[in-house]
Amino acid sequence: MINLFINDQKVSVIEGTTVLAAAKKLKINIPTLCNHDDLCVAGNCRVCLVEQKGARTLMASCATPASEGMEIHTNTLKVRNARKHIVELLLSEHRSDCTKCYKNQNCELQSLANDYAFGDHVFLDLVEDKKYNIDRSSPSFIKDDSKCIRCQRCVRTCSELQYISAISVANKGAHQKISSFHDRPMSQVVCTNCGQCVNRCPTGALVEKTYIDQVWDAIYDPDKHVVVQTAPAVRVALGEDLGYDPGERVTGKMVNALRQLGFNSVLDTDFSADLTIMEEGTELLVRLKKALVDGDKNISLPMFTSCSPGWIKFVEHKYPEFLPNLSTCKSPQQMFGALAKTYYAKKRKIDPSKIVSVSIMPCTAKKFEADRPEMRSSGYKDVDYVLTTRELAVMIKQAGIDFRNIEEANYDSIMGDSTGAAVIFGATGGVMEAALRTAYEIVTGREVPFGNLNITPVRGMDGVKEATIKIEGCVDAWKFLEGAELKVAIAHGLVNANKIMKMTREGKAPYHFVEIMACPGGCIGGGGQPIPTNLEIRKKRMKAIYLEDEHKVLRKSHENPDVIAIYKEFLDQPNSHKSHELLHTHYVERDNY
Amino acid sequence: MENKGLTKVDLIFEKIDSKKVMVKAFAMSSAEIIQSMLDSGLKGRGGAGFPTGLKWKYTAAEKNPDKYIVCNADEGEPGTFKDREILDRVSNKVHGGMAIAGKAIGAKKGFVYLRGEYRYLLPKLMIELDSFHKMIHEIGFDFSIEYRMGSGAYICGEESALFESIEGKRGEPRNKPPYPTTSGVFEKPTSINNVETLVTAMMIIHHGAQNFIQYGTKDSRGSKVFSVSGDTPTPGIFELALGMTVQQFVNEFGDGDTKAVQVGGASGFCVPRKKFAETIIGFEGVPTGGSMKLFNSSRSMYNVLHNYLDFFTEESCGQCTPCRVGCQQLLKGVEKVKKGEAKSTYLTELVKLADTMKIAAKCGLGQSVGNAFKSIVGNFKEEIIY
Repeated sequence: MINLFINDQKVSVIEGTTVLAAAKKLKINIPTLCNHDDLCVAGNCRVCLVEQKGARTLMASCATPASEGMEIHTNTLKVRNARKHIVELLLSEHRSDCTKCYKNQNCELQSLANDYAFGDHVFLDLVEDKKYNIDRSSPSFIKDDSKCIRCQRCVRTCSELQYISAISVANKGAHQKISSFHDRPMSQVVCTNCGQCVNRCPTGALVEKTYIDQVWDAIYDPDKHVVVQTAPAVRVALGEDLGYDPGERVTGKMVNALRQLGFNSVLDTDFSADLTIMEEGTELLVRLKKALVDGDKNISLPMFTSCSPGWIKFVEHKYPEFLPNLSTCKSPQQMFGALAKTYYAKKRKIDPSKIVSVSIMPCTAKKFEADRPEMRSSGYKDVDYVLTTRELAVMIKQAGIDFRNIEEANYDSIMGDSTGAAVIFGATGGVMEAALRTAYEIVTGREVPFGNLNITPVRGMDGVKEATIKIEGCVDAWKFLEGAELKVAIAHGLVNANKIMKMTREGKAPYHFVEIMACPGGCIGGGGQPIPTNLEIRKKRMKAIYLEDEHKVLRKSHENPDVIAIYKEFLDQPNSHKSHELLHTHYVERDNY
Repeated sequence: MENKGLTKVDLIFEKIDSKKVMVKAFAMSSAEIIQSMLDSGLKGRGGAGFPTGLKWKYTAAEKNPDKYIVCNADEGEPGTFKDREILDRVSNKVHGGMAIAGKAIGAKKGFVYLRGEYRYLLPKLMIELDSFHKMIHEIGFDFSIEYRMGSGAYICGEESALFESIEGKRGEPRNKPPYPTTSGVFEKPTSINNVETLVTAMMIIHHGAQNFIQYGTKDSRGSKVFSVSGDTPTPGIFELALGMTVQQFVNEFGDGDTKAVQVGGASGFCVPRKKFAETIIGFEGVPTGGSMKLFNSSRSMYNVLHNYLDFFTEESCGQCTPCRVGCQQLLKGVEKVKKGEAKSTYLTELVKLADTMKIAAKCGLGQSVGNAFKSIVGNFKEEIIY
């Protein structure tokens, strides 16, 4: 243990602890900006400076390891003056149009300015001198360099968590900026639109492209029938933007709020998650049969899940030779969209051209996915507008809904029913667990051999998880799988996805089925989720999602009555001709810039 | 005050038998080499002035079997050109100094990080390096040197940014600690020394520490090479004992009308005429990596300051707030004052900002911008305002 003094209080910490963390232990708050729990230490904003007795310069507490006998002061005159200067310097290169900014009241720079740099600012405005351009090319987010304070959180996120480096630091000195390959627009580089950078940007330099106004217009249009679907991970995170602590489940209140906002029908992406299991599970079993029994050399294994549009774009850019390994299933959002304008329209006797399909997603990549040209198999744009969890919270606030005190409500019928298997899609390992619950039962006629259906080996926050399931006692139709060992793997965060892809490219991946989610923790840690998101918060959301599963009466996708009904009335059977037409898709190879 | 006056010395460019010195050095133990450096009081000749013996001692004490010696030949400080001359004329001593440092710290591999603009020296240096490798192979010492090129960024002369650059990354300073002696290039214990320091080290082995300390003062032992430029009838490279006053220096090199001397380049200090007699060139007064720029009364100190600030605004890596934004504010601030668009009292705010930069910036670059700024604004305020 190392003993040091901070503001004359003694504290003991293990070797390697930073001064910042040691201060936290003493409940001494040191302001930070470039620091983020998910990322490596940068030490470049200098907001967290502290004074060490005997040292010539101040030191960044986030980047300084505690050492024996250190005497640190966090609030001396020297520190205060320097910190005020630093915040004012940051403000001088930041376009401070706060009242017009999407991040107003949720901006870390604004809050620092509030605490340390109120009153007249001494420094000259540097923003006007520079010719900043706002990059609106991505359908998912906006990059506004005039609000960028060069903390490099986005750059670290893109390289450390996502292994993409679509953005990096360019130029030096006064010209330093965060840029893409040859300054290309963000829509023309390897960016997967995952939004992890958006979630970590402390200012309004990176924000989602918002479609709130378009959705309000649709709601107020008497000619339109507006259908909304909510992704599994939204219900365990939305509360954070509406005054709840992380990890609160607000499903019922969210449904009621959506109804009060004026959506004509409040439905659940969980329904199409269950449907995905039927389609993807069948696809896997068919691939296994063709490969193992028929000896078909053209079958691509392992099969990869296709729910996460950030992951899909990652493969399209970086590993295009493995596009055939991706499940052809559309994501639950897009399955839902295709059915909203076909099956739902038919059942409700509504002209599909009058239906506006809106989805609430923990994700920014979903905005890109909805815009893909392949996603119009209903004859219309399957999903018209995608809003993030954060945007929904904004709408609820705009409508003056007293979220905490409203009643809980249930989803509407047709495409509103769901099972616990669908809910857990929101956490890493969830799709795998849901698929195994159903596939194992189809093949053996028995439930998965795990207590209370909880397949714990595929759960948790490890970057890459592996499991092997031995298949025994098969029903006649699946006898060829008797004694087989199904090898599966799960990865979340594209840096982990890349590990599996590298193994696959080297022919060292022994798996049959692999679940990959672009974001750390899966959708609960999505780019569209409330800010901040960090490991602690992701764990709380994950716990809530498994609780939601346990509270469900039905916990296996194939038992969902709405799913059973849709196959009976509309789709015939999984992987049918109709299914392929509406629920499956294809992928395209993209440049690797 | 210990003032020995202006003494010309011939040590760096002295012709010697390299092989003889190497044989002598390799016969010594690591501890003996380090002790001679400590006895000589040699401080780094790049400008920062860290005691060379201590740097080697710390690196030698590291347990990691993989260590490196890096020669900083990025020479980017405005007004210094002595390393170029040393590499051109006595590169055998640079290589020799590196091998001796290697013996002292236990490194088998050295890198020379050569300033991009000095690429034209490479063919000659490669020939010299070949014969050096042959020579130490004959002596039976396992050590090799590799050249890595810079690309023109001033910041890459900062030791940790230099390591990043050698590793193929963007040249940005690292957080310290860890210091290079613990984790330097490729995260291995590294001793990084200036070109001149390494040559001086070799000469200390050759002549002995006692010979070295006959020159200089208690705080600034020995001699060093000065790059003299500006308003002088005799620009060029001169090896002088440390510890003279600026007045003595000006008497030798000035044109009779010297009003200020910028000691240590853009990151150094500006000494005005009224302080010539009392200012010692050395670590007890104004330290320098060798850059000595003389200005006569025809020069506008506003232009001098503007030039330096313009330089720093371009050459800051841009990573940390105080340096990236601070440099722009200082530059724009003095421009506004000069144009009469800001009150002259605004200079006081800028001086406070320079003070913040000195204690808050991440690396030596940002921390030393305030040196030139404060000494020029402090001594030539009227020239900045009017």
